[in-house]
Amino acid sequence: MPLQQSDTVVSAPFIESRQTISVVMRQVIYALIPGIAVAVYFFGWGVLTNLVIASASALLWESVALYLRKRPIITYLSDTSALLTAVLLGLALPPMAPWWLLVTGTFFAIVVAKQLYGGLGYNTLNPAMAGYAVLLISFPREMSSWITPVTLPAMDMGFVETLVFVFFSELPNSVSLDSLTSATPLDYMRTEIGRGASFNDINSSSVVGAFSGRGAEWINLAILLGGLWLCYKKLISWHIPVTVLTSLGVLAGIFHIYSPDQYAGPLFHLFSGATMLCAFFIATDPVSAATTPLGKVIYGLGIGILIYIIRTWGGYPDAVAFAVLLMNFTAPLLDQYAIPRNYGFKSKGYKSKGVWRKGSIQDE
Amino acid sequence: MFKKRLSKSPLFARKKKLYGGVNLPGFKSLSNTTRIETLPISPQLVMPLKQHIGEPAKPVVEVGERVLKGQVIAETSGYISAPVHASSSGIVAAIEARPIPHAATIKEPCIVIHTDGKDEWHPAIQPVPKPLKLPAAEIRQRISDAGVVGLGGAVFPSAVKLKPTREIETLIINGVECEPYITCDDVLMRYEADAIIQGALLLARIIKPHEIVVAIEDNKPEAYQSLVNAVERFEQAGVTAVSIINVTQVPTIFPAGGEKQLIKVITGKEVPSGSLPYEVGIVCLNVGTTAAIHDAIYYGRPLVSRIMTVTGDAVGSPGNYRVLLGTPIDFVLSQAGVTAHDDVAVIMGGPMMGVAVADQSVPVVKAANCLLIKSDRQIRQPVASMPCIRCGQCASACPMKLVPQQLYWHARSKSFDKLVTYHIDDCIECGCCQVVCPAKLPLVHYFRFAKSELKAREQERKKADISRLRSETRLLRLEKIKQEQEERKARRKANRKRAASRGDGVVSSATAKPEVSATQQQSPDLESVESPAASESDDQPRTMVR
Repeated sequence: MPLQQSDTVVSAPFIESRQTISVVMRQVIYALIPGIAVAVYFFGWGVLTNLVIASASALLWESVALYLRKRPIITYLSDTSALLTAVLLGLALPPMAPWWLLVTGTFFAIVVAKQLYGGLGYNTLNPAMAGYAVLLISFPREMSSWITPVTLPAMDMGFVETLVFVFFSELPNSVSLDSLTSATPLDYMRTEIGRGASFNDINSSSVVGAFSGRGAEWINLAILLGGLWLCYKKLISWHIPVTVLTSLGVLAGIFHIYSPDQYAGPLFHLFSGATMLCAFFIATDPVSAATTPLGKVIYGLGIGILIYIIRTWGGYPDAVAFAVLLMNFTAPLLDQYAIPRNYGFKSKGYKSKGVWRKGSIQDE
Repeated sequence: MFKKRLSKSPLFARKKKLYGGVNLPGFKSLSNTTRIETLPISPQLVMPLKQHIGEPAKPVVEVGERVLKGQVIAETSGYISAPVHASSSGIVAAIEARPIPHAATIKEPCIVIHTDGKDEWHPAIQPVPKPLKLPAAEIRQRISDAGVVGLGGAVFPSAVKLKPTREIETLIINGVECEPYITCDDVLMRYEADAIIQGALLLARIIKPHEIVVAIEDNKPEAYQSLVNAVERFEQAGVTAVSIINVTQVPTIFPAGGEKQLIKVITGKEVPSGSLPYEVGIVCLNVGTTAAIHDAIYYGRPLVSRIMTVTGDAVGSPGNYRVLLGTPIDFVLSQAGVTAHDDVAVIMGGPMMGVAVADQSVPVVKAANCLLIKSDRQIRQPVASMPCIRCGQCASACPMKLVPQQLYWHARSKSFDKLVTYHIDDCIECGCCQVVCPAKLPLVHYFRFAKSELKAREQERKKADISRLRSETRLLRLEKIKQEQEERKARRKANRKRAASRGDGVVSSATAKPEVSATQQQSPDLESVESPAASESDDQPRTMVR
């Protein structure tokens, strides 16, 4: 459609807000800062190397893709959506991930999942989670070497050692990879319960901290804080976070009550893994999520349920990525059918004009 | 059944609250601190024949004729229409197409008057001694004759609104001036509250509402106080009719002043899509309109002027002016202290729903509640809009609860059927969606385009229907003629046969007769012409007719 591009005014409205895509994305990144800080405290410099390498390569991939697609590079780079994708992916990957893992991950996230689909606004899948899923399936060993959460001062790996490991896969002589890494709380729980251990045994083991996975619980709390700030600033609506957390919590609660030995409780599920990151930052990605209020509710419920199912009975403990990707596919359908009731109409949804007019509220 | 009971319970009743909306900076104090000033008479007045929704008025004066102030120069044509009156005395200089305030800077027929500066009222315009004693029908007729239309911007002929077929519960007097910058209703309420109240009482005589609600936004405490005081004054003076008037404040949010929105805020009711408010027992009129109705009845004066806010950073003396309708905008600008005419952008109406004026010779019309004059730089449309990220901000801001984001996709892909099912007709073009859009998409522009395209298609379709109908009737007619010819032929044939075999006796003539009646049965039935079976049974080739 030709838009009038004359040098005078075009048409009303003549005022605009200062909110731009770039501002929104940047604020979402700011909201992640507390979570990142706590993650650094528990997992060391490896978190930061993840974020920096992922960001740099994401921006690079984005530029290359934009150049090949003949799109204005500066305009689209400054929307900071690639940076947000990189930050989310960097946080989701095991800290101290080798550089090539991050570069590959961002390639799939930015070039394949986003730019090949038409760039910003056109991707059906959440780019960060698409990249994560590809890595998880292709490089299971690297993807499962999570650093044992200790506190930053007590860490064997200093900043330089971390860099050396990330780029050259060389560890200091005194440290071995086995001593450095361990199963994540979710992974541990899955294998132990699979072996017939009861949840009480797991609860008393070292992977569980004060109320949930050791280390993860505090990271999740910090991310929750950032997420609540996003809600307060109305950058995300309450629908998706609340429904994701509710359905996951309720489902975990039901099974926990049914058999406390076999199934972990709601607190464990809500504060371990990437639950909070998913609820507030990943599932709420507007491009790949449902958009209408009812659609968001269904979408969020679906993600929560899928997370529980995959964590409890699935092949991978990394449930968030798959839950989000699966629900991404439903978003277009939800947008089509979960439509709000318009002003002056009696019922929800869209019908053909004739039927519709009969249903307008006047009939009552 | 359970569901029905649920929806009836007060817990689930619709809240008296606006859907969506946006909070906007007001900029009201720029123009609402001074009293209403009257602008001098412009040497030339340009009166468009269509300053209202509906049919344009028909001119009843000729070029060269002297007209007096308040004289009808163009009369109504059709049910939804309004007359045009001369705003001042002078000579009719031309009746021709002139540029009018419109987004596309189009020209429409106007009556041009060269004023003589005497401002002489027409002798027939006289005050009415006891206006509240007039019969309802007469009041309504006078409102119609005075050319009063909705002065809030919609310019719907008021008299049409006042002929409701249902019992009216609530009359809403709309003092919710929700657009930024505009203050003409605000100052009107401050300084002419009595006229508004008296106008409301006149309206009450026509439609007999159970209640009159005067709604004012809570960012206009002075106007609110002024109206409350006016009601008290009337009460003390013994006017019992004011007891049904309820002056109330509503929260400041754009677009609470929209008719459908205000009805929702005041009563909790929704106006069904495609119908007028009186169908849910409500009539809603703007305060300016109410005051104009007061003038039309009490003083007998038709609508020849209106209060207009002239504001913006490029105006030397911003404020509210009483301007004669038809005054060219450049005259208004120079009177209001706008020095550099070429360097400013002029918007008629507010910044949310106004119309950019490219040609400053366009006249002030009945709809013109505001002239917003901004230094050029501020007003240009942003060039770079990003792709839609489907954040849904537009949907949460939409006061009609539409999904602008979906409408945008369908407007872009020109899928007009989809646009209809997603109710683009219900879009009020308030601009909320566009204001909150982080991608800076020109959403309203797309919707306007789609709506005009849909309208054009509808007209195309109607035209096509008419011509199809015409060709079908023609076909039927030809068919009928052909069959009649055949019939005649068959009859002649039968007659000939009969004549030839006259000697054969009674038997053969008896067999010939049913033949005739069979063809007769076939011919006049118009419905059977269309069915293929009928055409196949025809022996004659039909191609000639087609």
